[in-house]
Amino acid sequence: MARISAKDRMDNEINAGSMADIAFLLLIFFLVTTTMAEDKGILVKLPPWSDEKPDITRLKERNVFSVLVNASNQLLVRGEPTEIDNLRERTKEFISNPQRLTNLSENPRKAIISLKNDRGTSYETYLSVYNELQGAYAELRHDEALKRYGKAYDVCSVSERKAIRNDIPLILSEAEPTSFGEEN
Amino acid sequence: MSKFKRKTGKGSPKVNTASLPDIVFMLLFFFMVVTVMRDAELKLSITTPYATELTKLEKKSLVNYLLIGKPIIRYQDLYGTAPRLQLGDKISTIADIPIFLEKHRIRVSENQRPSITSSLKIDGRVTMGIVQDIKTQLRKSNQLKVNYSAKKRPQ
Repeated sequence: MARISAKDRMDNEINAGSMADIAFLLLIFFLVTTTMAEDKGILVKLPPWSDEKPDITRLKERNVFSVLVNASNQLLVRGEPTEIDNLRERTKEFISNPQRLTNLSENPRKAIISLKNDRGTSYETYLSVYNELQGAYAELRHDEALKRYGKAYDVCSVSERKAIRNDIPLILSEAEPTSFGEEN
Repeated sequence: MSKFKRKTGKGSPKVNTASLPDIVFMLLFFFMVVTVMRDAELKLSITTPYATELTKLEKKSLVNYLLIGKPIIRYQDLYGTAPRLQLGDKISTIADIPIFLEKHRIRVSENQRPSITSSLKIDGRVTMGIVQDIKTQLRKSNQLKVNYSAKKRPQ
């Protein structure tokens, strides 16, 4: 058996050539298992549960924007059938009431959106209605931010945003749904 | 004058590959960080609807997921074709929600508990009946921050 001299042993280095291969192997594993997380959605704050019946305080009818969705996904906005594409514009008009009409809200702070759906309404319709209502508020806040501070709502400071949110609060009340539609 | 010797021989110079592992490791770490291991097998077919007013879910550890949809074909013998609720990797009933929420809650430190969000991944074709029942149960369990999962609507 050949003896390895001490000098030879000193020169021995670990062959790092396979390091790249190992790293590649790991890399490919993570590449395959990666799912770029795109967890986005509509953020909603539910009202706390109470067993008591809500007290029916009379609201002025002009301040209530009622949206009803039936089991065949049709919309009834303040008593008239409406397409979902027009909902955002109508909501904005109702909240801001630019012409000070007597049948629209007194001011944005008093405006209340009342949403009621059926148990047979499809979730897709429900969510797009919700989306339009939130969108209307987002656009109004954006306009207000431009008018007041001369910049977009997204870049406003926390206190500025709070001031706007305070003046244009999103008050959305969801009624207990009707159950005319068939459960599938 | 010339101190530099012209190299003789035409053999092509070797590219130094010593930094290759470093580059690969850098990529590796990037993918390791962004990887989210799918923790539960999806037993329902879920296509979330489109929306425009989206908020991003920030902290993954503060989110619990409730999935609602029809069981996929492989599980239809077992669970039927009506929309069902999936918590973790199990098909569950609405009565299981409080325990599911509590199990998640105890893993979160106390000061962060108010910002726990429930992400509802609901198939667009589901009717509101089951969604409403789940919302009611969430309200009863005092889990009020809810995120309806949706995709960005293409322009």
